[in-house]
Parts: sequence; C-alpha cells; structure tokens
Amino acid sequence: MRVNFTVNGRPQEADDVWEGESLLYVLRERMGLPGSKNACEQGECGSCTVRLDGVPVCSCLVAAGQVEGREVVTVEGLAEFAKDRAEHAGCAAGTCGTSLDAAKKWEAKPGQDSQTGEGVELSPIQQAFIDAGAVQCGFCTPGLLVAADEMLERNPSPTDADIREALSGNLCRCTGYEKILDAVRLAAARQERQGEAV
Amino acid sequence: MDFLRPASWEEALAAKAEHPTAVPIAGGTDIMVEINFDHRRPEYLLDLNRIELLREWEVGEENVRLGASVPYTQIMENLRTELPGLALASHTVASPQIRNRGGVGGNLGTASPAGDAHPALLAAGAEVEVESVRGSRFIPIDEFYTGVKRNALQPDELIKTVHIKKADGPQQYSKVGTRNAMVIAVCAFGLALHPETRTVRTGIGSAAPTPIRAKEAEAFLNAALEEGGFWDNGKIITPSVAKQFADLCSAAANPIDDVRGTAKYRRHAVGIMARRQLGWTWEQYRGSGRTLEGAA
Amino acid sequence: MAGTTTGIPRDVTQNHVKGGIGESTLRPDGTLKVTGEFAYSSDMWHEDMLWGQILRSTVAHAEIVSIDTAEALAMDGVYAVLTHEDLPAAKNYGMEFQDTPVLAYGKVRHHGEPVVLVAADHPETARRAAAKVVIEYRELPVITDEASATAPDAILVHENRDDHHSGHVPHPNIVHRQPIIRGNADEAAKRADVIVKGEYTFGMQDQAFLGPESGLAVPAEDGGVDLYVATQWLHSDLKQIAPCLGLPEEKVRMTMAGVGGAFGGREDISMQILASILALRTGKPVKMVYNRYESFFGHVHRHPAKLYYEHGATKDGKLTHMKCKIVLDGGAYASSTASVVGNASSLSVGPYVIEDVEIEAIGLYTNNPPCGAMRGFGAVQACFAYEAQMDKLAAKLGMDPVELRQLNAMEQGTIMPTGQVVDSPAPVAELLRIVKARPMPPERQWETAGEGADVRALPGGLSNTSHGEGVVRGVGYAVGIKNVGFSEGFDDYSTAKIRIEVINGEAVATVHTAMAEVGQGGVTIHAQIARTELGVQQVTIHPADTQVGSAGSTSAGRQTYMTGGAIKNSCAIVREKVLEIGRRKFGSYHPAWANAELLLEGGKVVTDGGEALATIADVLEDQAVEVEEEWRHRPTQAFDLVTGQGDGHVQYAFAAHRAVVEVDTELGLVKVIELACAQDVGKALNPLSVIGQIQGGTTQGLGVAVMEEIIVDPKTAKVRNPSFTDYLIPTILDTPTIPVDYLELADPNAPYGVRGIGEAPTLSSTPAVLAAIRAATGLELNKTPVRPEALTGTL
Repeated sequence: MRVNFTVNGRPQEADDVWEGESLLYVLRERMGLPGSKNACEQGECGSCTVRLDGVPVCSCLVAAGQVEGREVVTVEGLAEFAKDRAEHAGCAAGTCGTSLDAAKKWEAKPGQDSQTGEGVELSPIQQAFIDAGAVQCGFCTPGLLVAADEMLERNPSPTDADIREALSGNLCRCTGYEKILDAVRLAAARQERQGEAV
Repeated sequence: MDFLRPASWEEALAAKAEHPTAVPIAGGTDIMVEINFDHRRPEYLLDLNRIELLREWEVGEENVRLGASVPYTQIMENLRTELPGLALASHTVASPQIRNRGGVGGNLGTASPAGDAHPALLAAGAEVEVESVRGSRFIPIDEFYTGVKRNALQPDELIKTVHIKKADGPQQYSKVGTRNAMVIAVCAFGLALHPETRTVRTGIGSAAPTPIRAKEAEAFLNAALEEGGFWDNGKIITPSVAKQFADLCSAAANPIDDVRGTAKYRRHAVGIMARRQLGWTWEQYRGSGRTLEGAA
Repeated sequence: MAGTTTGIPRDVTQNHVKGGIGESTLRPDGTLKVTGEFAYSSDMWHEDMLWGQILRSTVAHAEIVSIDTAEALAMDGVYAVLTHEDLPAAKNYGMEFQDTPVLAYGKVRHHGEPVVLVAADHPETARRAAAKVVIEYRELPVITDEASATAPDAILVHENRDDHHSGHVPHPNIVHRQPIIRGNADEAAKRADVIVKGEYTFGMQDQAFLGPESGLAVPAEDGGVDLYVATQWLHSDLKQIAPCLGLPEEKVRMTMAGVGGAFGGREDISMQILASILALRTGKPVKMVYNRYESFFGHVHRHPAKLYYEHGATKDGKLTHMKCKIVLDGGAYASSTASVVGNASSLSVGPYVIEDVEIEAIGLYTNNPPCGAMRGFGAVQACFAYEAQMDKLAAKLGMDPVELRQLNAMEQGTIMPTGQVVDSPAPVAELLRIVKARPMPPERQWETAGEGADVRALPGGLSNTSHGEGVVRGVGYAVGIKNVGFSEGFDDYSTAKIRIEVINGEAVATVHTAMAEVGQGGVTIHAQIARTELGVQQVTIHPADTQVGSAGSTSAGRQTYMTGGAIKNSCAIVREKVLEIGRRKFGSYHPAWANAELLLEGGKVVTDGGEALATIADVLEDQAVEVEEEWRHRPTQAFDLVTGQGDGHVQYAFAAHRAVVEVDTELGLVKVIELACAQDVGKALNPLSVIGQIQGGTTQGLGVAVMEEIIVDPKTAKVRNPSFTDYLIPTILDTPTIPVDYLELADPNAPYGVRGIGEAPTLSSTPAVLAAIRAATGLELNKTPVRPEALTGTL
C-alpha cells in the first residue's frame, strides 16, 4: 500500500508498504531516517519514541497505515522543532510543528563543519545530553530526547520524580540514568534562564 | 494482509460485517507486538484511528460514556474525579508512550486477564456498548469476559463505548509487578465503595483465567458494614473484618504459576492489596470533604 | 556493487573541543548521537540489499533427522535458503574452543540454535520463508545442571573433545576445572571460633544491550566481503569468520559500525559469518537485524552459578580459612567459560586476606543457553556469595559487618591465593570507610505536603501498591575485587596507528585503532591522550577497522589501559620522530634542541622550561609522521592446574557500595533508595566518563539483585522469558541516586596510573542490595534475583 504523511514538517510518501509494517520500519528503512531506534519492537524500551500529532508514542507499535495524513516528529527533526517552538513561544503541543516552508529547507544530513556535527544547532535537551554526559552508547538517546523534550514542553520545571515518571518508558542500559536526570535538569534550567532573558 | 481504513463508524461496522476475521487496531499496543514478532498474521487489519467518536467521552448524570479509544493518558488527566479507580489503573499501564496510544477498548477486545483496566471496570460497574451492522447492545462487564483472552463479542461486532458508573464513593486500584514502572501485572486489584447503594465492588486481574470479582468477599463486607452500621457511623473497620475480607478476596483468586509469579504469591498479594485498599478507601470515606481522587 | 552503502562510519574530527587527560572532555560522537545521525550497525543500508533471517531450533537437545527447504526456496523474493550442507568452509567457530556450529549439523545442543538461513527481499518474505522450512528433530534428554552433566550415563554435549582443557577435566561435560590450594584450610579451620557455611545461587543475567545484533555484509568484486558490524573485538571476529568463509583474512574487510552497548555480549560472533555467507552466496548486500526475541538467543549470557562457601574466623573477627566450590553453567558451547572459571576461582576469596584456602571452580557443558562474557566475568557470582558470607559471619560474631570486612581487608602487598602479590594500591578498607561515612538519605521520602503519598518514591512505584504500609528500610554494604585485562598468560596487546601532519597550517593528529567504541567513551579518551602527548588541538578519530592491527577486546576493563597505552606509546614514538625532524632542521640554530626533555605543547616544540623552539607546523611542513605499534601489558602466567598458583592477573580493581533500600515486606517489593559507590580508579582520564561507567555498572548490579534473570525450564532447557516484557531491566524509576566517590591511587605499572573501571562496580552493587534487603527483612536470601515470592514465603 501507499502511505503519505508528514515527517519533521516535510510531506513524505512511501510505496509498496507491507500492511504489517510499523511506522518505525517505514521511517528507518524507507525514508532514510534511522534516528529512531529499534531495540525491542514491543513498546518496552522507548527507543523508537516519536511524536505523532504532537504526542510521544512508540513508533514500533503504530501501523504504517495508521499514520496516513498525520504529522510525525523524529529525533532528526527535534532541533528544528524545538527552535520553532522557542520562536513561537507558548504554542501548544502538536500545533507548533515545523512549518512547511521551514521544513522544505530541512535536510536529513545538514551541512556541518566536520563529522562530529560540531556547529550544528541543537535543541536545549540535545545539548544538555552531550554536556551532562548522558550519552554513552547512545542507542536509547533519540527516544529519550523526544520524550524529555515533550515533558519539558508540558512541564518546564519538573521535580526529579516528575522526570523519572515521564521517562519511565525509556530504558537505558549504559548510564544508570543519573546523568540523564542531570541532563534534563540542565536543559530545564537553561530554558528557564533563556525564558528570563526573553 | 489488507489494511482497511474506514473513515467513519458506519464504514467500520460495514467492514467488520464484510470481513468478520478483520482484527481491529486502535492504539496498536497489543496487535503490533503480535505482528512484529510473527505471532499473528491477520487477513485484515481494521484501523479505527480515524473514527473520532471512539476518542470522545461524555460525563452524564449516572455514567461516563467513554469512547473505546480514549487514551489512558486522557483518562488519567481528565476523569480522576468521575472514574478514580480507572484513572489509577490507567496510570499503571505500561509507559507514558503506551498510555498515549492505548485505550480501554483494547483491553476489552484482547480480554487478557492481565489487562490493567479490567479490575477497575469490574469494581466501578460498567457496561460495554458493542455494535454491528445488526444493531447495538450493552454487555454488562460481569458477563463480558468469557474465557482466557475471550470475550462476549460476536465476530461482526466492534466495541464502541464503555458506560462506567460515576464514582459515588472512594475507589482504589493497585497492581503488583516486579518493577516500579512499565510492568505487566503479576496480579491487580480494584475496589470501589458505593455509598449510595451501600455496597462495595471488587475486581481482580491476572489471578484467574479471566478478570473476576471477589463476590463472596463483597457479600461478606456488605453484610459486615451494614451490620456494624459503618456506613452511618463512619467508624474504623475492625481489623478482623478487614482480614476476613482480604482472605475472601485471596480465596476468590484462581491463579496459575507462570514466569511472572507463583500462584501462591498472587493469592497472597491479592489479599494484601484488598486489605490496604479497604483501609485507604474507608479512610477517604470517613474523611468527609476529602477528594475522591486516588492518591497517585 | 550497484548503489552505495549508507551508514559507513567516517573520520570524526574534534575541532573545537580542548582537553587532554584528566579533563571531562565531551564525546566526539556526541552530536551525531543526539541528532540521530550516528549510524549503528542496524542502520546500515544498501538500496538493493537483501534481509537475512535465521531459523533457530525450537528444542534444546535433539538429533536433526531432516531439513526440508524446498517450499521456502520456491517462494517469490527468496534468494537463498541454506543449511549446514551449504556452508562454504569450516563448519565451526569459537573464541577459545572452536565448538560452535555456524549452522547446526547432526544435533542441536540448545534452544534457539541457528539451523537454517534465509535471504529475501523483505524481512517479512524472509520470515514467511523460514516458517515454510520443515525440520524434523529426534529429541534427546537434556543436561541442565552439575548432577545431570556428570552422571555416569550422561550424554556428552560434545563428543570427541580435543580442546586444550579436555585432557585434564574430570568429565567431558566439564569445560574446565580450576582448583586453588594454598596453606591448609582443614588445619586452619581448627583455629576458627565460628564457622559459617552457605549455598548460593546466581541467576542467568542478560547483557540486554539496547542495540540488537545486526550488520551489513557487502560482497566485493575480489570475491571477498566488506562487513559492517557491531562487535567488541574486530580481529577476534576476523580470525573466526575467515576460515568459515574459506577466505584469507585480507579478503574479509571489517569495519566497526555503531555499537548499541555490549557488556560482554558482543565478544562472541553473532550474525557476522551468517550475513557474509548469504552475501557471498547471493552476490548481494545482506542486512541482518535480530529482533529482541532473537537477541536473547543471539548472544551468550552471564553464567548462572551455584556457590558453596565455608568461612571461619576467630572470635575477634580474623578470618582463618575459606573453602569454596563454584559451579558455573557454561551452556551448550564453551565461549569464554574456561576464562570465567579461572576468574571465579582466582577471585573467589574476595578482597580479603585469607592464608589458608581450598578453592574449586568448574564450568559445565549443558543444554542450557551458552554463557560467556558479561561485565564482571566470573567475579560477580563469587562476590555475591563471599559478601553474603561476610554478613553471616559478622552476625554470628556480633560484629559490625563493615568492621569485619575492614579488619580482614587486603592491601598493597597482600598475597592472593594464587601466590600473586598485589603490588599496587588496594584501598579496600578505605573504600568501605568512604561509603559508610556518607550521610544517610532522608527517611520517608514518599511523604508529601498534604497530598497523600507520592507512590513514585515507594516500592511498587506507579503501581500504587503501598502508601507506606509494610515498608521497612535496610542498609547493606559490600566490596569486591576484579582483575583488569586478559589474564592467565594470554598475549594481550593493542595496536595504535598515530599520524601527525599539518592541515591548513595547524598540526592535526589522526588516531587509528581497531578499538571497539561500545559507548564507554574510548574515542573521547583517545583524542585526549593524543592532545596531551602531541600537543595538538585537532584530533581525528579514524573508524575502527581491520586495516590496522588488533586492539584486543573492549572488555575486562582493559581498553583505556591497553589501547590508551598503545596510543600513548605510539604518540611517544611519533613525538620522537617529530623532534628528530626538528633537530635536523633547526638543531643548529638553538642549543636547546639537543635537550632530551623536549615536549610538544600547544602546537609547539617546547623545552621542559616552557621555552618554545618552533611550531609543529614549521617542523613538519608538508611531511607527515605515521607510526603503527603494538603495545603490551606486563606478561601474566597460567594458573597451575593442580595448585592454582601463578601470577595470573595484570591488575586488580576495587569498588565498594552501600545500598539503602526500602522493602514492602508484605508484598515483597523493593525500592532501592540510594546506592553509593566508592572506587579506586587509579587515574580518572575523563572524570565525567568515569562516573558514568560507575553508575552504569552499579545499575546492572542492581538489576540482577532484584529483577533480572533469564528463566530456563529445567525440564526442557527452553528459555521462558526471551522478551523485554518478561526479562526486566531497571527503569529510571527503579534506579536510585548513585553518589560516587573515587580515589586516584596510581598503579605504577599502568599508563598514567589508570585502573580499569568498568567492571568493579557491577560486582559489589548486587551483594550490597541483597545485604540491605536482608537487613530490612531478616531473611537469609541466598539467590539472585530476589523475587517477591522469596520475601513473602510464597515460592
């Protein structure tokens, strides 16, 4: 079957999709967006978390056909998504996706000055994950970033218990989660400072 | 495999009538696991995501009319007062991501004894509104579960809404799992006090072939509360009554040993949960003016 | 090959990051990982690639009567359906023993063993084809434990063994046996005022790395194959893959794709050979990705163990003797069982001084899932048991458990049961003092201002099982000892190729090693070392591949020590060459060039007094200096097969934990509140990474204490919980705060004084949690994980 939907603001089309394929498979294998990770395919790890019409979901459990006409944000589009949100401060989840114009400028592999990606503009949560040492193997990172970013959108000043609850659907096997908590606290604090500056 | 995408409820019913083997998919949190792991290859997948009315709820005089696909997150956030037991149960479902997709219709459709919503529905009292091109009918929740992963649906029927009694007293819900989040129930228990009718209702999950009520325990407690005038005098329930109630709840369970836990543990845990919830709900009932919402 | 492969790793250059050793420099791959650009092995893609699929045995032990692939082969979109008859060359592989069939022939020896291999144009086609293959088995009785393995009439899991241990083992179903005898335990026991005995069971743990086994094999025009995989040791893989493909090693070009965690589970081969065979057979690129179910069968696990211990002490708490027997279940194939036996045996005494010991460790062949390397490697199981013994002993003596440990703690100069002298710092008593001195976390943290209990802070968490009822706090301590590096006479080395050249007027270093970056941050350290040693800012990390010499395994806590050491060494040679060029060019202009102590700093050649003599750019101009050198740690010795004597280990590492837990004693649910760790790290090359490793290791130890276990049915030897639904690992709500204190007591034998850090925290975490649960419940608890049943008497 054919499926049309918007990914990171850009209209996408996939052809010859097998009816049992998940959104995750379509993103990874058909759209060249392997940032969302396949770690369990049963909704028990959160590594494939994307936003579907603004809501964080496990993309492994969304049938490709269910996404027809809908909007998906993946880790690849997170920086742009967060930037757009910051620029239109206060807009609600799901309504502040990347505009079509902005999206058309978006590339899967943006130009950058080296292979480390140094110089790429990151969302606050992405930068905080690097700075706090929350990334080790990094396989859980994309899903955690999408989930954490959405939590900070809803709850800009979370308590530790709030962070733990919001991220309880995302497994990490490397870090013991301490530095992930540090990263979310750091992103929250930076966002708050940024907010005050504005 | 064919993917059917009805745009309306009527189209969905027509599709189900035409293809009774079609498997409905809404949140996808059960069926997609089965597809991903090659456990199931339905001939047709019937996507219900485009049907708006399944994601709506309405709070009426007596009942909450809950669309089958209202995500657990919405129940947790919006129906804590009307459906405190179900709201608590919703909060224990898997993970935030799953709660954003899954709804009560999925639990009912799958009818797994481990479904988190069942004990809360049993305790609150509910009717499942199912419909086919032949018409609609209401199935009382007590008659809905017919066997291990079997329910009272006909092949051409779809679950439309669940009509759940609005709470008229405190309700509680707990489940035991071996992890502090994102865990399937080893067993679960729900309790609802119904001061208007001076009755209590219970629900037990994952401790019998189907979700069940502990009816003897309910009858015992109803009688004990009546006899002691507890509903009126609001006295603390005597420990022996609480213990007897817990023991009867335990006895109602008919669990198995499996990889998640032993039958003995399940029976034990049901009793502990029953005793604690009786304490919590009764404290809430006694403390007038206190919120009926769950503590979580 | 038509089309291109996407996801091929490229050079990673840090332009803007500074920081040499000792600084918390950020990861060079961090930005790629947070943007989703970092390509893991499962992200490899080729436009006309096929998908490989394995059909695995549904029974644990059986003769294969027949395999019918005809129907599968006839399907549209199916390119190959292979059995053992189609294997191109060697039929077996293995790291220490070549006992593992590429595809099963004759019989299958464990549940989930690969039997048939399929390639198709879509994963679903491959799955449907695999489902059409008919395999007929004749089932055999299963061997599942020591009794069934060593029974007189036991079926041999492997007939006709001719490995290097087959000559000395007491039974062919015993992979390896390592006794250690020192002093006279029976005599010493007579001095004991108290004796405690215990029988302990350690469950089978899974590494549960999040990135499943996966990779892409691309057939090459020269008849070879380009292989992109996630592994812990490229060259060990290569040595095993090439013979099975019938190719010379140079025709198997391996590149490390992104690795989604490892923890020992990628030290053995998984899909490498199979994907290569399919690619060579079909002439097309083949991608293989295990799903989570398959991953549970796709790698070895931590050995489950039975441990029998006896300790004695005088009434003032001095240990008199120890006797133990450790039985490790290696499962159907040897993997690294023999080395795990060596570790368990030689570290069974723990970090204590006991002069009279009688130790025996054996590893079994059974029909259970194969077990091998996992973080802690044989020392984890022993630590769980000897630390339980210490608590038992303390209770019997009426002593404080920490004091008892401190009283008997080893220190620099202690002689191990193997006769090896611990010749670098061993601050065991101090580590215990540090964790004990930490302030206690506040009580009853679930209490909120007027809103009832916050269940997130209670046992049961979001499941709302307790609002404080039944909850009892307990505190427990443990300390452990782990060896670092490959032991027992293994020729353990690493190789580093270092290049320095001038690009755009700036000196740039390139580090090329075959080191597997599995998340630990080796690439960060490598760039730091190059900056420190060569005085450059810009460092390029070349992808790890087999075009450079072996780096050895990313395991045994050895990689910073070994490949870090190799880089330091190669950098020193590069530096000398740069200085040599400088001396030739400029030596006659400044007498300081004759100084032997010249350094490279800030892009310049400087004297030890800080005087700049020239820029590296001026010295090198368009010349590049490149060095590839192997580097070794000091040699070790094999353990004597009768007495266990020998200087078997390179280095020892120590960590201690204090666990604070709250147990719902009625429901048997546990919440770990705090898990404080103190560890000697020798030298923290990157403090941020060091703490991350300690916290991660601690959490894996927590997991096995309270929830993690692969459950194998003893009647069928089949795995009952191969999924993330039923094999649970800790979520962020199960993980406590993990405060870390580290000491930096340099090991004079190691580069920069480093001590391997990754493994030690996994050891003591588990027994500390167990001790805390015992303290809360008063129960004996001799098995991991502690299930609610064990806490409520409902087994």
